[in-house]
Amino acid sequence: MPYLFPLGPAQLQALPSGALFWADQSLLVVSDLHFGKSDRLARRGGALLPPYETRATLMKLDRDLTTTGARRVICLGDSFDDLTAAGEMAEDDSLWLTRLMAGRDWTWIEGNHDAGPVSVGGTHLAVLRVAGLTFRHIASPEPHEISGHYHPKARLPGRTAPCFLMDAARVIMPAYGAYTGGLSCDDPDLQALMQPRALAVLTGATCLARPMR
Amino acid sequence: MHLPPALTTWFDAQGWTLHPHQLAMLDRAHDPATLLIAPTGGGKTLAGFLPSLTELAGGYQGLHTLYISPLKALTADIRRNLRRPVEGAGLPIRIEDRTGDTSYTQRRRQRADPPHILLTTPESLALLLTYPDAAKTFAGLQRVIIDEIHALAESKRGDQLMLQLARLETLSPNLRRIGLSATVEDPPALARFLSSKAQVLLADPGPDPDIQMLVPDVPPPWAGGGGKYAIPAILEQVKAHRITLIFHNTRAQAEIFFHNLWLANEDALPIGIHHGSLSREQRERVEAAMVAGQLRAVVCTGSLDLGLDWGDVDLVIQVGAPKNIKRLVQRIGRANHRYNAPSKALLVPANRFEVVECQAALEAVMAHTLDGEPRGTGPRDVLCQHILASACAGPFDGNALYAEVITAGPYATLTRRDFDACLDFVATGGYALRAYDRWQRLMIREGKWTLRDPRAAAVIRQNLGTIIDIETLKVALKGRGAPLGEIEESFAATLTPGDTFLMGGEVVRFSGLRDLTVEVTRDPGRAPKVAVFNGTKFATSTELSDRILRILQQPNWPELPSHTAQWLTHQREVSRLPHPDRLLVESFPHDGREHLCIYGFAGRNAQQTLGLLVTKEMEALGLDPLGFVATDYATLIWGLEPLQDTALFNKARLQDGLETWLAGNAVMKRTFRNTATIAGLIERNNQGRRTTGRQATFSSDILYDTLRRFDPDHLLLAITREEALRGLVDFGRIEALLDRVGPRIDLLRLPKITPLAAPLMLEPGVVPIQGKGRERLASDAARQLLRDAGLA
Repeated sequence: MPYLFPLGPAQLQALPSGALFWADQSLLVVSDLHFGKSDRLARRGGALLPPYETRATLMKLDRDLTTTGARRVICLGDSFDDLTAAGEMAEDDSLWLTRLMAGRDWTWIEGNHDAGPVSVGGTHLAVLRVAGLTFRHIASPEPHEISGHYHPKARLPGRTAPCFLMDAARVIMPAYGAYTGGLSCDDPDLQALMQPRALAVLTGATCLARPMR
Repeated sequence: MHLPPALTTWFDAQGWTLHPHQLAMLDRAHDPATLLIAPTGGGKTLAGFLPSLTELAGGYQGLHTLYISPLKALTADIRRNLRRPVEGAGLPIRIEDRTGDTSYTQRRRQRADPPHILLTTPESLALLLTYPDAAKTFAGLQRVIIDEIHALAESKRGDQLMLQLARLETLSPNLRRIGLSATVEDPPALARFLSSKAQVLLADPGPDPDIQMLVPDVPPPWAGGGGKYAIPAILEQVKAHRITLIFHNTRAQAEIFFHNLWLANEDALPIGIHHGSLSREQRERVEAAMVAGQLRAVVCTGSLDLGLDWGDVDLVIQVGAPKNIKRLVQRIGRANHRYNAPSKALLVPANRFEVVECQAALEAVMAHTLDGEPRGTGPRDVLCQHILASACAGPFDGNALYAEVITAGPYATLTRRDFDACLDFVATGGYALRAYDRWQRLMIREGKWTLRDPRAAAVIRQNLGTIIDIETLKVALKGRGAPLGEIEESFAATLTPGDTFLMGGEVVRFSGLRDLTVEVTRDPGRAPKVAVFNGTKFATSTELSDRILRILQQPNWPELPSHTAQWLTHQREVSRLPHPDRLLVESFPHDGREHLCIYGFAGRNAQQTLGLLVTKEMEALGLDPLGFVATDYATLIWGLEPLQDTALFNKARLQDGLETWLAGNAVMKRTFRNTATIAGLIERNNQGRRTTGRQATFSSDILYDTLRRFDPDHLLLAITREEALRGLVDFGRIEALLDRVGPRIDLLRLPKITPLAAPLMLEPGVVPIQGKGRERLASDAARQLLRDAGLA
């Protein structure tokens, strides 16, 4: 079950998968996909992780696009684990991504991992504004803003999961990619960004909201 | 071989006479491999070194003898003990130790200019062998001595060590092996583990121990552990002896007992505590106080099972059933560390059932039967690590490495195919999708396997070893920083500020987490919230379980305390007593619920697995099971409907359930994490930065799920399955049980709860049957939190 909430002028849905859907704009937002993470680790001589995370993430994205029927997609940065990963995506993964992008208005926001133009189609921007909301990778003081970057995580009895953090001014999105660690929402950096009555909405089988603090 | 005269003179001056088994070691000095089994205090370490001292007495160039011990602390102790005769007799022998605590400069020097005798651990040896100059360091090696070899053989450290010995023998083909041990259940099997050429040398076992059950005036409680009821009786024993060691099976129990002991210690007897979760400083303080004779007793755990000589210990008390006869014998040996003097020991059952188990253990010790599962074949995750480590030392030939590996006992039956699968995993990750052809870790250059990126060697070295620590966090007093000890990270995660727990016998209050340190303040007034740090949960061994079943079949029990004999008699009157060749299953209503009690006597892990499998079947039958609890002896299940027949106790049917249940179970994920860490998929350390346990747990679960989804036949999943089945899942014992009882399963319908089942009601560790329940729990909690915060 999605979690419905307002941000400024918009009515938004936090989806259990970790994506955000804005029905009025037919807009799906995902953050921190980190495509090609296992590849980058291998390249640097680290462990050879199971090279399936790009596929797992694409599968999830495919499902969300089908269910919501979104016409417009914003990837909020760190979509690729680095620029080499963007250039060297496996052929079938790259075809799959192209198929998802076909016919959709697709924006790649720059992140700290993938600053600079990437070699896939779509629009590349540092910041995007849509109907009163601002989209960027790392949160700024600007109100009515949706960002990613921190990979927030929260606990409830029986579950620790990536979560959305939200208050009247902003949403910080969970990481959508398969191999992404997380930062506890108790972390001082996150605490400083969010207002006192902020909520953490946990992803999983259903969305569960709890007070962030 | 004869002792050098200088050494004989020195022994004479000390008034020492060599024991027959020590002399026998000299006679066998030229044998390729000897396993010496001698009792604690029998001078077996010196016996192991005599051939080396003799050969070295005339001078030698380079490393001659490698001594390997499972404990770091032991190497320093042995070095001190060995230097006495060497220096006393003026022999030209240099002795040094090398462990994780040895300084960088010293370790570097040791590689270039090794001592004659190097004392080390399997982990430090593994590291030494990864350096390109290993061939030079070990070229002249003559002997290797493995102390407490049974302890190493019990875990993967032993498999790793045997692979290393195979390597050493390649580097120095004349190498002779000596294994030393005090407690061995199957000497020929341990000898085969040491070497295919090993002979066993049995020393005189010495007198039988003086061992009894401590029966206080108050009967033990019906369930639970800890032995609090026996504290007054134990204090009396402490007063009557010089130094008493009080062993517990888990660290948490030791902490609680120690706390309660001090509350009752009116004479303020000096008593300390020692266990693996305490900080090194704290442990060393206790050790020093003990050697100096300042303590009258030490409450301890397995951390004092092995090794060091602890001064004048004259009594060992084991609190709680020992679960394993071998460990009990080892602990008893800690008392009277002198040859030919009987050790004195007392067993304190912690609950009513343990009275029977303690009796069984007592009889086993007197009958000289030990227990132990036969070793499985060498685990493949250890082999993967060994292959990776070999690549660090330099390019290797696949055929030659395979030929070397199968000379190691545990890997003697390894097929080339399995070896190649491990090699492929190390080189490319072994994925069905050949993703890492470009980034593979090992590649063939000039016909030999080589690290693609030589810089990777540093990280590989940091991640060597087969001991997987449960991730812990340091505990320190707020503002003062001196560490008190460690707690499990998962326990720390459940703490909220203000919570209290026991650490080093005092109650402390959690104030917060800072830089991966748990900050606490002292809070003596409060009742502690129990600390659940990593006390290993042992399962009662098969040998001990069999003996318990045989005791239960006696017509009466004159040797047991009357409260326990009456309890068993009552059970026989209202129901039956479990029989070795039958499976007793009781069904009865109690407290508005249906109950089912399965007396499998298969050990805690197997009984737990049985509970999971049976409740799954019951769920399918619509019997609505609600939860269960498992002990070493039985599984008690409660639910809404009674079981009508025993058809579900069928091996094939349970096995089916195992297939589906196992895959998604937390036990599997934990096992996968260990396997993946040993095999080198998950790095514990990366250039000095330790990945925190939470991160590691998180990512290994995801890796497990990803592999299961996209690559279900992957090597690591196969290894994980194999490990779980013989480890935490322990399905082997369920199979053995069902094979033994065949169709002889007695389902008794009884009007009410039985005497034997009643204590199970009080056992902690209830497993609720999961389903939609967990989701509901989380969503109820979320709603409550929102309401409390005024947000809903």
